Amino acid sequence: MSSRFTLKDHFRESRLINGRLLVAALISILVFSVVVVRLVVLQVFEYEHFDSLSNRNRVDIEPLPPQRGLIYDRNGVLIAENIPTFSLEMVPEKVTDVDATLSELAKLVALTEEDITDFRDRLQRHRRFQQVVIRQRLTEEEVARFSANRYRFPGVDIQGRLIRHYPQGNLFAHAVGYVGRINERELQIIDQQDYKGTLQIGKTGVEKEYEDILHGEVGYRQVETNVQGRIVRELMSVSSHSGDDLFLNLDINLQRVASESLTDYNGSIVAMDPRTGGVLALVSKPDFDPNLFVSGISSKDYAELRDSPDRPLYDRALRGSYPPGSTLKPFVALAGLELGVVTEHSKTYCPGWYTLPGHDHRYRCWKHQGHGMMDMNDAVSQSCDVYFYDLAHTLGIDRLHHFLDLFGFGHETGIDIPSESSGLSPSREWKRASRNQAWFPGETLISGIGQGFNQTTPIQLAHATSTLAMRGVMQEPQVVRASRKAGQDEMELRGNERINSLPMQNSQHWEAVVDSMVEVIHGARGTARHVGEDMPFQIAGKTGTAQVFGIAQDEKYDAETLERKLHDHALFIAFAPADKPEFVVAVVVENGGSGSKTAAPIARKMMIEHFGLELDEPQPDQ
Amino acid sequence: MNHSLISDRPQRQSWQPGRLFQLLHIDAMLLFGLLLLLGVGLMMLYSASGQDSSLIIRQLVRLGVALGAMLVVAQIHPDRMRDSAYWLYAFGLILLVAVLLFGHEGKGAQRWLNLGFFRFQPSEIIKLAVPILVAAFLAERPLPPSVLRLLTSLVLIGLPAFLIAKQPDLGTAILIASSGLIVLFLAGISWKLIIGFISACAAAAPVLWYFMHDYQRRRVLTFLNPENDPLGAGYHIIQSKIAIGSGGTFGQGWLQGSQSHLEFLPERSTDFIFAVIAEEFGLAGAALLLCLYLLIAGRGLFIASQAQSSFSRLLAGSISITFLVYVFVNVGMVTGLLPVVGVPLPLVSYGGTSMVTLLAGFGILMSIHTHRRMMSP
Repeated sequence: MSSRFTLKDHFRESRLINGRLLVAALISILVFSVVVVRLVVLQVFEYEHFDSLSNRNRVDIEPLPPQRGLIYDRNGVLIAENIPTFSLEMVPEKVTDVDATLSELAKLVALTEEDITDFRDRLQRHRRFQQVVIRQRLTEEEVARFSANRYRFPGVDIQGRLIRHYPQGNLFAHAVGYVGRINERELQIIDQQDYKGTLQIGKTGVEKEYEDILHGEVGYRQVETNVQGRIVRELMSVSSHSGDDLFLNLDINLQRVASESLTDYNGSIVAMDPRTGGVLALVSKPDFDPNLFVSGISSKDYAELRDSPDRPLYDRALRGSYPPGSTLKPFVALAGLELGVVTEHSKTYCPGWYTLPGHDHRYRCWKHQGHGMMDMNDAVSQSCDVYFYDLAHTLGIDRLHHFLDLFGFGHETGIDIPSESSGLSPSREWKRASRNQAWFPGETLISGIGQGFNQTTPIQLAHATSTLAMRGVMQEPQVVRASRKAGQDEMELRGNERINSLPMQNSQHWEAVVDSMVEVIHGARGTARHVGEDMPFQIAGKTGTAQVFGIAQDEKYDAETLERKLHDHALFIAFAPADKPEFVVAVVVENGGSGSKTAAPIARKMMIEHFGLELDEPQPDQ
Repeated sequence: MNHSLISDRPQRQSWQPGRLFQLLHIDAMLLFGLLLLLGVGLMMLYSASGQDSSLIIRQLVRLGVALGAMLVVAQIHPDRMRDSAYWLYAFGLILLVAVLLFGHEGKGAQRWLNLGFFRFQPSEIIKLAVPILVAAFLAERPLPPSVLRLLTSLVLIGLPAFLIAKQPDLGTAILIASSGLIVLFLAGISWKLIIGFISACAAAAPVLWYFMHDYQRRRVLTFLNPENDPLGAGYHIIQSKIAIGSGGTFGQGWLQGSQSHLEFLPERSTDFIFAVIAEEFGLAGAALLLCLYLLIAGRGLFIASQAQSSFSRLLAGSISITFLVYVFVNVGMVTGLLPVVGVPLPLVSYGGTSMVTLLAGFGILMSIHTHRRMMSP
């Protein structure tokens, strides 16, 4: 290419670019003129409007936090309410010297070291122009003292707030849960807009699961404030909407009976209405006072709860995993009938032990001298282990596992409370995957009597029993019965959408198993005869005892000489009336010894309370 | 061709400031304008910070560093800049990726790279690297650029802009994209393409709107009209408008602005400092400040028009116009014309990193102007 051509090109390019530079300059001037016009509008035409807003008074916008929905039990007894408290709060952006202000405040209001460190903690994480709590629950005297000196503390004020209060104390600690300070992780999840001015959020139980509808909608108001930041006049407000009230299925009386009848045992009790899936009682012991958590639990209190060997914060009803023991037997019996392995009348001889063909290991029956000839009804009512060893062996673990699957063993029940555990219903695949081991035939026998790898939660037990009681109609357990919008009378039922029906080839199988469970209570040799005494209807039930530690083959178990921590767990499941079930209960008493002596009487008390019967205290038969 | 190329004549003996400036490669007019602006900035900062002299001293130190950087850059011949354009760009891009991978989080966004002894934002390098590279790339071939060159340039611009938008720093991403697009505009891409591009964007908007979820629409609406959100982004705008509006025609006087001195105007030393100016000096002061910006950029555009190569013209033009975009995005936000994106008011807001880059950019303008080859008489 010749240099002449490049030169010519260069000249053309210069003209091109300079032309564009001119256009760009003109556009810039135009755009800046728009800005100047905007300034003229703001500063000349709207000057008076803005000047009056700014003149001594300034506009501030403050959030109006919504009132959290209340929680009632099924009788309308208040379980969670909001009570007014006064707290001392600071907007750090409005304070020039935080340290000096704190030390001045300490002369008026008692501030402990812990208050100060907690405050600094919150200061690190607070949102801009949001109040940071210095101290909560001021006494009336402190309120008065600060109010007289308020002018000295711009940016600090007393806030009347509603905070959560649980008037029933410990009784609903696990089921209803508690609210606590919003933490950083929650801050990431929530819509921060909605939580302006709100300090607390549901942490566990119903409070957490139903956070969305309990919380309500934030409002705000535009206010004029004077130079000290005090409100002079309200300009505009958009009111907040309170959260919905909740009505639970839980019955406070039943809850109380359950809680009291566990005495000082650890354990869990779940009662349900099998017709609706409604959870009537949900108790886990030991429990704790949820009020401790509301305005930030002190580290001492928390350490005490956390480090207690009894683990009071642990929700045994939903997360406690126990071997179901003999309470599994009715379900195994049903599997035998349904899969055609046994009939109602086929018999097995119990000499007190069982061996697998080709092995000489003896699997013991709990009754060492043996039960003799057993049909299904006898085997359930007298809880014969040998009958179920044999049945489980014939079924095989695969069929047994699949059948128990239907009743939700090894699965979460879907209860409307978070952090449920799924328990464990063992299978060949599970053992291969988790332990990389083959399944042994002996393990099938142990599984058949609910020991070994089996892990069940109390809610699972109640759920499966409810399904059995309803002859296959399966409903997710539901703690919340209905909700009600603030200021309205209508309740909105929070029902069960997912109702499942278990198909059985012969409905007579249900009756056979239920009959055998009635025999447990009302039969001459039933393991829980005392439960049914003087009852106006028939009860179906099953006792269970879950081994806490293994006993050598020929050793005799002696409850008296063992430490209580090593006692077996006592279990009991029941429903009543047997022919038209209205009430299901599952009881797990940790280290309670035997199901019949410890767990079954509790179920009787629950039934007496629920059905409003007037009966004497049952006498456990010795 | 044989030009005798002399930039200054050693024979002259008498002391001449013009000669000294030329020797140091400084453009006197530009320097004067910048110093005036920086002086006004310090004055406003003193007022906005509540007369905090330690903050002024810190800002002065940064200013010293930034002016030093300007002086150093002014010594580099534009040809060297063109030659190293690709390297600078690649270096900046690598750092951007490094920030995404190992960056130090500050205020919820990953923008900083911590090098042990100091932290810095790679996006600042890219701010200069993008216009230099696009100008160098387009100037390689006759202008206006071919379609292929145009598309390649768009990729070169889009890549760093995307990485920065991911940090997330939308304001800087917009500035970087516009600095590159301005080079394209100056390089003479056809008006048809420009109009076509703008109308394509306008046409895509309703379609996009149709496919958005409700919550996404709400977010867009809040973004466009922050006053719908009085507890969040709208708070800044409401306070800022009150401050500006109450300034009136002549303002409340230096250090007298009630809105800015009472704690209600947020970010008043940084992003919202223009509201302090408008409150204290009124419409008159604010308009004068805007004129000062226009004059500085005008000098830059003059330098661009006098430059001797297409590369220099494009680069000088882009730097000058981007400077105005900077001002417009900030002032538009503070006056409620534009959505809220965190962009400081150039050379006035408190804060150092962008100051160094901005003055380095003016160093490039000075270099372009003072390295011109003059025909000997």
